[in-house]
Amino acid sequence: MKKAYLGVDVGSISTKGVIIDKNNKILAEAYLWTEGNPIGAVKRLISELANQFEQKKYKVVGVGTTGSARKLTGTILGANVVKNEITAHAIGTTSLYPEVRTIFEIGGQDSKIIIIEDGIVVDYAMNTLCAAGTGAFLTSQARRLGLEVEEFGPLALQSNNPTNIAARCTVFAESDLVHKMQIGHRREDIVAGLCKAVVTNYLNNVGKGKKIKSPIVFQGGVSKNIGVIKAFSDVTKEEIIVDPNSHLLGALGVAILAKNKKSEKDFDFDINEIEFETRGVECKKCANNCEIICVFKDGYLIDSWGNRCENGAIKIKEQS
Amino acid sequence: MKNKKKVSFPHLGNYWVAIEFLVKNALDADYIIPPPITKKTLELGSMHSPEFVCSPFKYNLGNYIEALEEGANTLMQTGGLCRLGYYGELHEQILKDLGYDFIFINLAKVSYRKPYTFFSDFKKVNPRLSISKLTNYMALMIRMVKIIDKVEGFIRENVGFEVVSGSFDKLQKEFLEALRKVKTKKEMNDVYQNYYKQFKIIKTKKPKKPLRVGIIGEYYTIMEPFSNHYIEKELAKKGMVITRTMNISNSLFLRKDKDIKTRIKGYLQYDIGATGTDTVSEALRLAKDGYDGLIHVKSFGCMPEADAMSVLQNISNDYKIPILYLSFDTQTSETGIKTRLEAFYDMIEMRKEKR
Repeated sequence: MKKAYLGVDVGSISTKGVIIDKNNKILAEAYLWTEGNPIGAVKRLISELANQFEQKKYKVVGVGTTGSARKLTGTILGANVVKNEITAHAIGTTSLYPEVRTIFEIGGQDSKIIIIEDGIVVDYAMNTLCAAGTGAFLTSQARRLGLEVEEFGPLALQSNNPTNIAARCTVFAESDLVHKMQIGHRREDIVAGLCKAVVTNYLNNVGKGKKIKSPIVFQGGVSKNIGVIKAFSDVTKEEIIVDPNSHLLGALGVAILAKNKKSEKDFDFDINEIEFETRGVECKKCANNCEIICVFKDGYLIDSWGNRCENGAIKIKEQS
Repeated sequence: MKNKKKVSFPHLGNYWVAIEFLVKNALDADYIIPPPITKKTLELGSMHSPEFVCSPFKYNLGNYIEALEEGANTLMQTGGLCRLGYYGELHEQILKDLGYDFIFINLAKVSYRKPYTFFSDFKKVNPRLSISKLTNYMALMIRMVKIIDKVEGFIRENVGFEVVSGSFDKLQKEFLEALRKVKTKKEMNDVYQNYYKQFKIIKTKKPKKPLRVGIIGEYYTIMEPFSNHYIEKELAKKGMVITRTMNISNSLFLRKDKDIKTRIKGYLQYDIGATGTDTVSEALRLAKDGYDGLIHVKSFGCMPEADAMSVLQNISNDYKIPILYLSFDTQTSETGIKTRLEAFYDMIEMRKEKR
């Protein structure tokens, strides 16, 4: 039996997973929508991976989780590594592109920039307070224009004269877009303008003050949009590298981290049969009223979090 | 004594101990400690505040309302070199509109060139107050603030390495309680010496060259742990030295304008208001000292600190020191902050290993 490692990246919009061997080769991969239900998404993900995966030849001995639902899914999968998405993305990308200097990452609800020197992260930034210029914004604007988000990129490429759209804030961008639409700007120009707005917004906010050096790797769900890729290379005047697996690099990174971890534990693919449930309880021991999330596996409490102080700590009874 | 005033002042870290000392001793009044800040405090404050005001205003207002409900009848507000200078008038008006009855002492209206105006404000609380009594206790209060800052500075640099978790927290609580009981300078010094010794002998396991992170930024959000999601504690838990010298002692009592201007020459020519200039100066000092990283903290929309940020980027480039920028408003979810702090920790740790 050869050893294999599972990496799972559960974001706000999509859930990604890969299984790799000891040489970081991807043996199985899956990508699906989170649909507001991280537990359900992870279950579907695991069964999809199980179908692709030669369980007679390989054995998964390490699991890593990342993404905004990393803690919850880490508990459910019994992960040996739970890592933030910035570190995970950096590890995943440098494993494929050791020379990379700048990583642009735009996901469903957040965007980040990671600056790398000699293979290690030396600086990064992540959007705060606002989700302007992320995947969710593009999806909602596509809907407004009666398009599928997948059609967005190719349509943008048809434009010779991108419409100027305010890039500062989603709300401004949206009303700007509506006005320009109503005064007769062509749809492909508006779409190309939106792609440009996403890029300017990103570089002005997240990339502010960072020295962008090539090679530049662009990843995250939005990197699938060819219009945004073009806008990035127009603005930075640099080549933009997009890996065919650009949406999976966070999952890949955390799988590598699981591989590097010394502790090994056999992973059981049969989690579909297990009932996972979360329950929120209000602590009520002070006016903070912390909402404590309890995670149950087949009725047993396996983990809890959300308390700000020791008063709200819920003790886990040892399972016999 | 009948008609004893019940004074209250908004929370800022643990400084309430020093303010209580001044109120009780110089003003002969009771001090109402605002209930500890919770989500409810922030909800109350936000509900009655202008939407786009900086978050410290909302916290202060929440403290006032909760203190009034606890029986306070005299409220104090300080002045400042940014929007803080206008907090007082607005707080007073909002609270009066809400139907509360109280005396409001707004130190923003005091002219520092005419100390008498300062004195007459306090006389409203204690008509028999003498100038010598006030100056005497003011000096003691300043001393107490310095003691608190000194002790807390030591805690920040060492709490991450405690062997028994919670030992610093526990002693800190005892220390503050002991400080609350002092009446004279001698007692104050005794408490300080006694506890400083005890803090020093708490068992710690500090590596030879630990990771060091400096925290810089806006006045309130940096000093009130609730408003910054307890980032100091959160970071220290990972085993780091946390340095934050931007405290009341250094911002108010020990600040030397001239020194700062010389130090930041080349980065900043003019004062950018409030703590912005100090932020730059402190960032530069820590960068030169070889710190592993800096965290810049501000409330959302804070102008002086937004100005400081562009200068910080130059310092970050020149000294190759990573700076994480965090902006806080009234959001109370921890997840986003935790992600950024974790990534920051991973980054500076890997940078250090590489060196």
